[in-house]
Amino acid sequence: MTIFLQQIINGLSVGSIYAVIALGYTMVYGIIRLINFAHGEIMMMGAYFAFVTVSAMGMPFYLVLIVSMALAALLGIAVETMAYRPLRKAPRISALITAIGMSLFLQNLALVIFRPEPKRMPPVIPRFPVRIGPLQIGTVTITTIILSIVFMILLDFFVKKTKPGKAMRAVSEDKEASLLMGINVNRTISITFAIGSALGALGGVLYSVSYTQVFPTMGVMPGLKAFVAAVLGGIGLIPGAMLGGFVIGMVETLSKSYISSQWSDAIVFGILIIVLLFKPTGILGKNEKEKV
Amino acid sequence: MKKRIFSLVLVAILLASTLLSGCGSGNDQPSGGGADDVIKFGVIGPITGDYSQYGGSVEEGSKLAAEEINAAGGIDGTMIEIVAYDSKGDGTEAVNAYNRLRDQDGITALIGATFSGETLAIKEIVIEDGMPVLTPTATNEQVTLNAPNVFRACYLDPQQGSTAAIFSMDTLGATKAAVLYNTEDPYSEGLAVAFRDTFAQNGTVTNYEGYTVNDMDFRSILTVIQAQGPDVIFLPDYTAKVGVILDQIDELNMDVICIGGDGWDGIETDYAEVAEGHYFVNHYAKSDPSDLVQNFISAYEAKWGKTPNALAALGYDATFIMVEAIKSAGSTDAEAIVTALAATDMDAVTGHITFDANGDPQKSISIIQIVDGDHFLAGKVEVD
Repeated sequence: MTIFLQQIINGLSVGSIYAVIALGYTMVYGIIRLINFAHGEIMMMGAYFAFVTVSAMGMPFYLVLIVSMALAALLGIAVETMAYRPLRKAPRISALITAIGMSLFLQNLALVIFRPEPKRMPPVIPRFPVRIGPLQIGTVTITTIILSIVFMILLDFFVKKTKPGKAMRAVSEDKEASLLMGINVNRTISITFAIGSALGALGGVLYSVSYTQVFPTMGVMPGLKAFVAAVLGGIGLIPGAMLGGFVIGMVETLSKSYISSQWSDAIVFGILIIVLLFKPTGILGKNEKEKV
Repeated sequence: MKKRIFSLVLVAILLASTLLSGCGSGNDQPSGGGADDVIKFGVIGPITGDYSQYGGSVEEGSKLAAEEINAAGGIDGTMIEIVAYDSKGDGTEAVNAYNRLRDQDGITALIGATFSGETLAIKEIVIEDGMPVLTPTATNEQVTLNAPNVFRACYLDPQQGSTAAIFSMDTLGATKAAVLYNTEDPYSEGLAVAFRDTFAQNGTVTNYEGYTVNDMDFRSILTVIQAQGPDVIFLPDYTAKVGVILDQIDELNMDVICIGGDGWDGIETDYAEVAEGHYFVNHYAKSDPSDLVQNFISAYEAKWGKTPNALAALGYDATFIMVEAIKSAGSTDAEAIVTALAATDMDAVTGHITFDANGDPQKSISIIQIVDGDHFLAGKVEVD
């Protein structure tokens, strides 16, 4: 029983990182119907921003987090403005291809700037063992879970109670109508990218601290799994991304412990196929016809 | 018409650049005097790029050895020269490098290649040429099989795994062990299999688990392993992955001793705190009090300004072994050198060297423990 509870905690830790990254995918899809394949790389750049900030300037953790999220937000806005905005009226496939291209571009940019060897992320979160009964939880795990939940609550509040949040919901529902209502659609989309990227950076920083390393391809696998999580929960729906993230985290951890560590990735991606076959709108998605 | 000319010019430039890049990508040593006045040894390894620390170390160890040998009068008055070419860790590049060494530089012997993959790539060619080859660091079993003129200065992966198991049982008193290895790397798997087979003879292997290259989260599998209560966990991988695993073992506060292979060398750079107290198998120990080792370390530090790692020691030893063979053969004839190599019996930095029928060394293996963030020689195991 203890082992099972310990695995639940492990799964929560992994899942919270996926949830935070999945939020970026889902927000962007919700607002411009684009799967931003470069999001995994935003997560990676966020981790590198943190790495540089810590190594070069020795800032405390919370400052590093703020700087990294801010820089990633700017990067997200830049990517949107340069690569996706000009293709707003183009067929969907063009933007998709651009997103993949952007992903490769950012990976190779990181490769050139930082070199491929993994670099040790300095331990910015102090380490000491925490025992809750027979369970052993690391301070990093606790920080990861708490920070992720805090930011998800903040996002939820932002989207439901603030003006820009309402504008985001409006643009997701109907872009033309929002324009007619006087909403600055371009700015709303930029804000969406900024927030999504900042959350991606949060995921990147937590990931790099939890696994002690940064390397240029670190965003590929977590990015793909977070994408599966977003689809599983319901792409375009914020609660869906959160739910999907935790579910995928649990599935991955529990399949590693009870089935086989080599099968866990196959199972996670198998879920994507099953979801798309049987309920493409995801767990929380409604069956409405998409106007193409 | 303009487009035609433009594309023709472009093609011409591309062709020219490929031809030019073929020459001069390497570390050419200017040969002073005629080729007969020096005996040349070739060195092949990754000197630039991602793995440059490996090839670079071998080259440095080798050049230090050459310097010392020449200062002592060379080989009966003839100086030796090291010609090193960059393979970038790639088999095809290694083949090109070897061809260049043989044809353009006229080497007498080859200290190479550094990686098992590269050495296997040139294996057939060197057998055909009958070139005396002594690889300092290629640990894969296949390298010396059916290759009468190929020898190696390092032990094999199966020996490493086996030694780790023996050390765990005899010195650490372990009765239960778990193995966690990289399924996508033949080096890791080779070590894992050897460890498991040896440990299972007298103890219990509680878990034999694998992970893939992309895996970063080991907490779930470590929790499973922890439940079985092993005394020792064998982690046969390179420092980057091992560091991540050790970090999580530390986080989970697991009461277990970890042991690894020579891929751990250098783990104290980034992961000293979480590697503290754990062990790994290596080719030599910096703290070995013997004169041979300490003199080598001081000379290396004086020449290159850093502490030598195991590959540098092996490159150094390989050069000395080759020189001894040429001296006892009394000629630079390839066959004579190969015969003399097979009869080698000398002390070197990485142990006492004699070769078995395959060309593999029979020497002791050092076990290193990380103590206070540095290497501590915890023991030596004789290999039979």
